[in-house]
Amino acid sequence: MVKRIVVGAHYGLRDWLMQRVTAVIMVLATLVFAAFFVTHLSMEFEDWQGFLSFQAIRVLTLLFFLSLFLHAWVGIRDILMDYVQPVGIRLTLQIATIIALVSYALWTVSILWRV
Amino acid sequence: MKFNVYRYNPETDAKPYMQSYDVELKSTDRMLLDAILRIKEMDDTLSLRKSCREGVCGSDGMNINGKNGLACITPISSLKEPVELRPLPGLPVIRDLIVDMSQFFKQYHSVTPYLVNDTVAPEKERLQSPEDREELNGLYECILCACCSTSCPSFWWNPDKFVGPAGLLQAYRFLADTRDQATNERLDNLEDPYRLFRCHTIMNCVDVCPKGLNPSLAIGKIKEMLVKRAV
Repeated sequence: MVKRIVVGAHYGLRDWLMQRVTAVIMVLATLVFAAFFVTHLSMEFEDWQGFLSFQAIRVLTLLFFLSLFLHAWVGIRDILMDYVQPVGIRLTLQIATIIALVSYALWTVSILWRV
Repeated sequence: MKFNVYRYNPETDAKPYMQSYDVELKSTDRMLLDAILRIKEMDDTLSLRKSCREGVCGSDGMNINGKNGLACITPISSLKEPVELRPLPGLPVIRDLIVDMSQFFKQYHSVTPYLVNDTVAPEKERLQSPEDREELNGLYECILCACCSTSCPSFWWNPDKFVGPAGLLQAYRFLADTRDQATNERLDNLEDPYRLFRCHTIMNCVDVCPKGLNPSLAIGKIKEMLVKRAV
């Protein structure tokens, strides 16, 4: 195959925007968590259980982690695009990243709805 | 004044090396370029590009004490000795301080850096309101010296795919021009994970621009236009 530089995939805006939106969500969620932890300085197991038994807190925690994983996906992919030049290795690493992040997301759900 | 200068002549040198010079300056020598020309009087094998010697042509871009800039408008008094001079980073060296700018200009050409307007030209000229014209300030002044693009890590890693700060500043210069009619095509051309979105806003470009321009701001405005178009 001739070696030509092909560029012009016509995407990227959604990922860029997603990175910004997920960052805002994480900041807001962090503020809610921080406010709770500051008012409950000594957290025992029961406190944690009580905290996470609220459906709203569960949903917020899940939203936080989903934002984190989407944010991480854009960031990690950016690093791979910048520094890993061989396409095969890059694709392999990107697939590994997706598998890891989706696993983390499922793991988060199972933890949150177990307590 | 002491200098350490990057030397490389691919015809005779196996690899680049740094050469030290101690040069006597005259009282009229104000800018770094004056000092380099004194070195050249001592050693005429030292090669560099220069032309207007007043920061307009953009020929003498180089890495000065670790920071890209134009030798002709860098005051000698601002430099710490020994002054380390290297070619602009990330581009192939042709000889000494001269780099091959082909890749840089290729990216510049890829953004259609001219006005596109297919309507019949008016008898005099295409007019703009003063407010519309104002938007072009800080964009049209670029002299394509490549100081910004060659200080950008994203351009170092992907010079063949990422347009780079200089090219993107010019891309926005025509996106911002009310007389231009190719806005959609221009945005289509830029909406790409490599061409535009390799910019991670680290702002090295803003830090080094000898003309005090702000490519990061222009890139932000391109992204804003893309968002407005999409949502």
